[in-house]
Amino acid sequence: MINHLIVGPLLLPLLMGTLIVLNANHPVARHRILGLSSCLAILVMTGILLFQSAGGPIQTYAIGDWPTPFGIVMVLDRLSAMMLFITALLAFLCLAYAARGTDRQGKNFHALFQFQLMGINGAFLTGDLFNLFVFFEIMLLSSYGLVLHGGGGRRTRAGMHYVILNLVGSSIFLLGVGILYGLLGTLNMADLAVRMSQAPAENAALLQAAGLILFAVFALKAALLPLCFWLPDAYGFTSAPVAALFAVMTKVGVYVILRVYCLIFSDFAGVGAGLLNTWLLPAALITLAAGAAGVAGSRDLGRITAWLVIVSVGTLLAVIGTFQREAIAAAIVYLPHTTLMTAGMFLVADLIQRQRPDAGSGLVPDRPVGQPTLLGLLFLTAAVAIAGLPPLSGFFAKVMMLMMVKDSAGAPWIWGMVLGGGLITLTALGRAGSVIFWKLLPGNGPKTTPEKVRDPVPVYGLADLFPAAALLAISPLLVLFGSMITEFAFAAADHVINPVHYIEAVLGPDRSLPLLLSSGGE
Amino acid sequence: MEWLVSACFGVMIACGVYLVLRARTFPVILGLTLISYAINLFLFLTGRLHTNLPDIISENQTRYADPLPQALVLTAIVIGFAMIAFVVVLSLRALGELETDHVDGKQEKPPHD
Repeated sequence: MINHLIVGPLLLPLLMGTLIVLNANHPVARHRILGLSSCLAILVMTGILLFQSAGGPIQTYAIGDWPTPFGIVMVLDRLSAMMLFITALLAFLCLAYAARGTDRQGKNFHALFQFQLMGINGAFLTGDLFNLFVFFEIMLLSSYGLVLHGGGGRRTRAGMHYVILNLVGSSIFLLGVGILYGLLGTLNMADLAVRMSQAPAENAALLQAAGLILFAVFALKAALLPLCFWLPDAYGFTSAPVAALFAVMTKVGVYVILRVYCLIFSDFAGVGAGLLNTWLLPAALITLAAGAAGVAGSRDLGRITAWLVIVSVGTLLAVIGTFQREAIAAAIVYLPHTTLMTAGMFLVADLIQRQRPDAGSGLVPDRPVGQPTLLGLLFLTAAVAIAGLPPLSGFFAKVMMLMMVKDSAGAPWIWGMVLGGGLITLTALGRAGSVIFWKLLPGNGPKTTPEKVRDPVPVYGLADLFPAAALLAISPLLVLFGSMITEFAFAAADHVINPVHYIEAVLGPDRSLPLLLSSGGE
Repeated sequence: MEWLVSACFGVMIACGVYLVLRARTFPVILGLTLISYAINLFLFLTGRLHTNLPDIISENQTRYADPLPQALVLTAIVIGFAMIAFVVVLSLRALGELETDHVDGKQEKPPHD
């Protein structure tokens, strides 16, 4: 039986986004209701999908019921179901935060937000390399709008770099896709995997080149080192709920790297086998180091958080770079934690910034924030979770990652870098917290600033604090349900690391046979 | 023929890369346009170069032009067009807000004075 729910996370935001565009001249309250109800519905749908996929096989949805590999196919395995659920959860909370005022700073915020969701969900669901490109473009085009939302010189400048880099990236993506199609004659990912395993040796160089060209694009999306410098400005200067949602955008890059290089360029892929094994680990470790340096060197809480996104990508890809089942399972446990916590930190940084009219999120002494206990507790929770201290989820996820990679050749490097990165994160966040909450200017503010008419410092009620608090509250939940999540992660890693499951689900048992034979023969 | 087409592709990419590496928004946009044209040409070529092949199935034909690259290139053209339109608007806005067409938004000092 076809499970029509699979296309729900694509169709609903498309429908709602269009509806919001049609209501563009209506008050923003209507947009909020439409947007939030759409996010809530997606959350419920992805929750059901996650539950289904946790116990069931890989599900596919052939659009228009065209036979694969000729038609467009959506594939839902455990990993993509989990990514969908994280995205939906994050999107709902970010939108709830944005509905407290960010969405009034410019037009069409809610419509762009829905299209953004559609693009992200599509990238997680698609089983086709060209549709991956299309969904990337939907995601990027809406993200351009969201990055620039609210305007201002800094956002425009950061947005300019972001847009140009990604346009070049899209062209390079098409180049890689074109080479693969030209040589293998298909774009369906499962079919690509089968044909890659049978490709003649004379095409080896071109196929590997295509694989690495695609890696360059995914590395740009995930922000791996030489391609990560757009991120701190773009994420650090944009509005907080957008930056928080974008915490999952780099994870799209991570997801696609995991998907493509464990499927099309898996160990059974003949001439393309193990293409990334030598590249990913060093690139990720250098990224981690660069991210840690950025965290240590930033003088602004928003930018520190942006660099933390790079640290988190480096950590994830370093662990994934070992391409072992256990390590990938550990990375799958770490992924929801790191995505949601960095997103939470973006929101906390914004809450702090709005109560410090002079210094903003900059790490310079200012008058005390309006609600120091509340914000201090939120900041402390986020910092403890991100730095990986017990008793929150960061600690357990990191311990699991370190234990799972300990037998691999790169283990000393991963251990050293992850622990060192954690230490630097801890120091930087500790310093940030003490400057913001303890290094205060007395009384009525700095004498150097002329007495100007200040906006009254906002006092946060429950509705303002709810999104950030809810994101941070997920961390103890991840610990409480740890054994369930670990079990799920191992099951998900099973499906990811062994391409035969995926190919069998998409193309049927006959087509996956050659891959099985070739893997058995080696 | 193949030599000519691949030379075309190479020259267009080279010019595009050169222009994208300029620091002003107008040449950058021209460069992006050139690169996207070249990539569209490349996608079209992945169906191989043929002449006089039918695109509709008929009984007395055994070889056909590959329809998929044509579909791909159509999608790529549409998306590329939208993206270029967006970046044009963005750079106009950057020109207005930052008062310079430098991609880093910094006004370079004039050579004299």
